[in-house]
Amino acid sequence: MADILVYALHYEGAFNRNSLGAVSEGAKLAAELGGEVHAVVLGERVSDELCASLGGYGARTVYRVEGPEGLAQPVVDAMAQLVRAHGFGYALFGGGLLGFEIGAGLAARLGAGVAMEVTAVRAQDGRVVAERPILGDSAISEISYRSELGIVIGRLNALELADPSRNEAAVTDVEVEFSEFSTRARMLRRGEQRGEDVDIEGADILVAGGRGLGKAESFELCTELAKAFGPGSAVAATRAVVDAGWYPYAGQIGQTGKTVSPKLYFAAGISGAIQHKVGMQGSENIVAVNKDANAPIFEFSDLGIVGDLNRILPKLSAALRARREG
Amino acid sequence: MKICVLVKEVPDAAVRKRIDPATGRMDRSGERTLNPYDTHAIEAAMAIREGGVVEVEEIVAVTMGPEGAVRALHKAVSLGVDRSLHLCDDGLAGSDVAATGYALAAALRREAPDLVLLGQQSDDGECYTVGAIVADHLAMPSLTQVIKLDVEQPSGDAPARLRCERQAEYGYDTVEVELPAVVSVGDAINEPRYPSLKAIMGAKKKPLEVLGLGALEIDPARVGAEGSAARWTGSKEPPRKPPGTIIEDEDTDATVAQIVAWLDERKLI
Repeated sequence: MADILVYALHYEGAFNRNSLGAVSEGAKLAAELGGEVHAVVLGERVSDELCASLGGYGARTVYRVEGPEGLAQPVVDAMAQLVRAHGFGYALFGGGLLGFEIGAGLAARLGAGVAMEVTAVRAQDGRVVAERPILGDSAISEISYRSELGIVIGRLNALELADPSRNEAAVTDVEVEFSEFSTRARMLRRGEQRGEDVDIEGADILVAGGRGLGKAESFELCTELAKAFGPGSAVAATRAVVDAGWYPYAGQIGQTGKTVSPKLYFAAGISGAIQHKVGMQGSENIVAVNKDANAPIFEFSDLGIVGDLNRILPKLSAALRARREG
Repeated sequence: MKICVLVKEVPDAAVRKRIDPATGRMDRSGERTLNPYDTHAIEAAMAIREGGVVEVEEIVAVTMGPEGAVRALHKAVSLGVDRSLHLCDDGLAGSDVAATGYALAAALRREAPDLVLLGQQSDDGECYTVGAIVADHLAMPSLTQVIKLDVEQPSGDAPARLRCERQAEYGYDTVEVELPAVVSVGDAINEPRYPSLKAIMGAKKKPLEVLGLGALEIDPARVGAEGSAARWTGSKEPPRKPPGTIIEDEDTDATVAQIVAWLDERKLI
């Protein structure tokens, strides 16, 4: 079966960029396989217009399911029902937390093979081959499937968005009987923005702080450095730092945060885990300071400084300030 | 209440990141240790026990892996786990993440826990996914990346429930989950304790049960390399970016001058 089913995540009237990338990539892949791409949308009274807009990225049919938003297991129920009814050959997810959870749950439900963190997909002899970087991106594995359904979970920002056409998808309402256990998790509050609103997407220079800063007070070193760089610079952070409450969520880079590509990305005390890397690897210049010479970030920095940021950052800030004032 | 914590043995991070110059691949030999993310799950179990909202009768560590994986269980016990279960069978070697989750679910079903906890990801590969796979096999609700976990005991005979917070694509979500459930925790949830010397010494004396495939309801055709539906069919070299400049900071004034010159050359200041 050459047809592909894509899960499209939406929030407050717009689709997630990674989901649109998955629909776009799914459309290309389906064409190579001689099939079609269809999408599933689950939510509370999702509009016809929003659903139909997925046609612009290549979706033929959008299956609209009424259900609770933001939780994985109801989507697993919906997709399992759709796969059983229509026999899709592949299920495709854009990068993101929910995609991981849904894809994994669906693999268990249907006995399907699953490949995650996928950066490229292609058709080979009528079957899908997924490419997944492994070992800190030092090699790429190629994965194929021998189950009836193959599940592909993309890496964040890896599946590229097509320029949308004016095509509209046919919208079909589907009633899904949710599993008893799917209804035992309930969203009490969704999308809470913790901390003030900070703008990091417009900055040319970003000074980003990670757990290597050691404590909340050390975050000041990043703020000082950003100030020393002058106008056009801003401060960003890793998830660990945001979860610890040292910096607002609006300033977070990476998986479940923002994706940026400034002229300069200055990483202080950031190890460079994949979940962070995917949000900043498009930066034009990457400078990293870390005391661990083995930190993965040094594998993709243009300039790496192995040393104590508590010593280096204040002196660098002073040097930049002196230069600007001089 | 009974809590099972899924743990895994992984290569020690300190040696893991070495590249083998002969192959250009990561050298994964050397010391192995308990997945550092799993220590947060163990700590979360201990916090529930010590929190006193519900009585935790037992905390059981469960792992799947070759004989050496027992080291991860000893470490888990030294951190407060009461006993452990080691799923170990040659027939499991080469299992993909879906097959691994299937086998672990069979081991967990035998324990019938009220709560299954695990780390947010393993340090050597599969991210976020094992929890969701296990949960589906056990028909339990699940949530990953939880950074705040509170147990609530409603009055009467109602089962205990969890109030979980996590960061998802659009900000922080608060989700109520009824038990039994599978929850993977993020590393921001707690600061794991260090084991005492006494606990380390005593770890090998705590009950440890080794189970093979025959002891559980596992279809051998659904596990191991042959039973895995996702198949590795090849590998290739990623496009490589030329290596960057590395400065080892010895004289900070000189280092700073070098950074400034580097930025200046690229017209970044």
